Amino acid sequence: MNKFKENAFKSVTYIASLFTILFLFGIIASIFLEGLPLFNFVKIKDFIFNTAWHPTHDPPDFGILSLIIGSLYVTLGALIIALPLGLGSAIYISEIASPRGREILKPIIELLAGIPSVVYGLFGMTFLSPMMIKVFGIPTGLNVFSASIILGIMVVPIISSLSEDALSTVPKNLREASFALGANKWETIIKVVVPASKSGILSSVMLGFGRAVGETMVILMVAGGAAQIPSNIFQPVRPMPATIAAEMGETVIGSPHFHALFGIAIVLFLITFLSILITEFFINRKKSQ
Amino acid sequence: MRKIITIVAILTLIAVPVFARKGNKITIAGSTTVLPIAQACAETYMDMHPDVNISVRGGGSSVGIASIIAGTVDIGDASRHIKSKELTQARENGVNPYENIVANDGIAIIVNSENSISQLTLIQAKDIFTGKIQNWKDVGGSNMPIVVISRDVSSGTFEVFNSRVLQNAKVTDGSLMLASNNAVATTVGQTPGGIGYIGLGYLVDEVKPLIIDGIMPTKETIQSKEYPIARTLHMYTNGNPKGLVKEFIDFVLSSEGQRIVEEQGFINVD
Repeated sequence: MNKFKENAFKSVTYIASLFTILFLFGIIASIFLEGLPLFNFVKIKDFIFNTAWHPTHDPPDFGILSLIIGSLYVTLGALIIALPLGLGSAIYISEIASPRGREILKPIIELLAGIPSVVYGLFGMTFLSPMMIKVFGIPTGLNVFSASIILGIMVVPIISSLSEDALSTVPKNLREASFALGANKWETIIKVVVPASKSGILSSVMLGFGRAVGETMVILMVAGGAAQIPSNIFQPVRPMPATIAAEMGETVIGSPHFHALFGIAIVLFLITFLSILITEFFINRKKSQ
Repeated sequence: MRKIITIVAILTLIAVPVFARKGNKITIAGSTTVLPIAQACAETYMDMHPDVNISVRGGGSSVGIASIIAGTVDIGDASRHIKSKELTQARENGVNPYENIVANDGIAIIVNSENSISQLTLIQAKDIFTGKIQNWKDVGGSNMPIVVISRDVSSGTFEVFNSRVLQNAKVTDGSLMLASNNAVATTVGQTPGGIGYIGLGYLVDEVKPLIIDGIMPTKETIQSKEYPIARTLHMYTNGNPKGLVKEFIDFVLSSEGQRIVEEQGFINVD
């Protein structure tokens, strides 16, 4: 009887994991199936390297370079903002805070991750954007900078909690050895603990990258949506997920525009796939060390 | 006994949709601009007549007209008039497309309410949106860069604006592209140098509609077709609407239906 139970449990979990894989391949297959027909109309090279995105114009332009660059700008901006904040709070929570302070701080930072992205978007649109116009005297507050700030705040909990995990797995004897050699707490953290958890921190940054590059609602509301390569951070951009979200509902199914949106989805998928591969690489390297 | 009740219950469940469908079904497809009107009207109509089943699909004006020509729908929605090529096609198929005007759609060009500009010509508006004019001082305003705010190019609102103002020229690459009328209104309201365009039903206090070629966009000037950035919205039927389809179109044109039209941000037909 026990054996039967064990086998049943095994097969249930096996089927569950099989389904996950099935869903993943189903999604991958469908975006490629709908995206690849685009290249009957447009050359791959023109699709990736042309900057003109005028999908409904006659004749249409399907160049997504400005959309790719828009995505990379806001994502890198978000990481530049989130890394010091996330890593800083991780170091404080793991190394400096009292156990009581840790108990209070940790859930508060994790609460940030629980706020729906549309709420972040509303905040950016109605509060941050008008403030930007007033503070910097710029023509529009919907731009790379605003989108980076909001995305950055959204990525902080990812970097913070994963980095904190990495920092807290650094063995105690490393710290004690450092203190024994006469290093103070600051030197121990910067020269011993952080380098020892380098791969964990890097993988948290890559996961943050994956989160930010795919985030849709916030950039749809805050990035401005101009399909151009910005010359400074106060100009609007049109990242890839925002383009798909804004245009998919109105396009004619089966038209070149429809396939082009799936083409963007393929590019987006490849970018996030790559970021996950890099994350895995860091995690594996850490294990083999 | 219980078995019999179960069987009867199951048969009723199967039978009701089958019989309800027969003869009491209207299918609608077409323009995404007309879609909210068709959908809201269909919902209200089905509430009033629970035995009627109306299915509404989008797809675009071309799909709406093509479906009427192919005879696959009862009503084809279109935000434009039928083209002569489509009309010939229809005649060849033995179909006689009949245009029912169900609503007026007017687009107001808006600026921040603190902007000193209160009117533009259609040509100036085009030059601003294509990026030829980039500062308000070039059209008689203060020295302030213009922030062009457009709708996404797949939207119906953009479609009207494109045909009446841009005349198929491209919107400047630096323009903000926003996903809804409300987003454009909010953003223009927050941006001192902003200019955008929205359906007349979406006007808010923070923005000011511009007089275009000497004509203020109002319900009356749009109904009388004096105001240039406007169009009519249509539901095409095969011949004069008959039977249930006629009842539905009559409902859309009734005061109740036209109230729904206004609720969706459009202007009623006079």
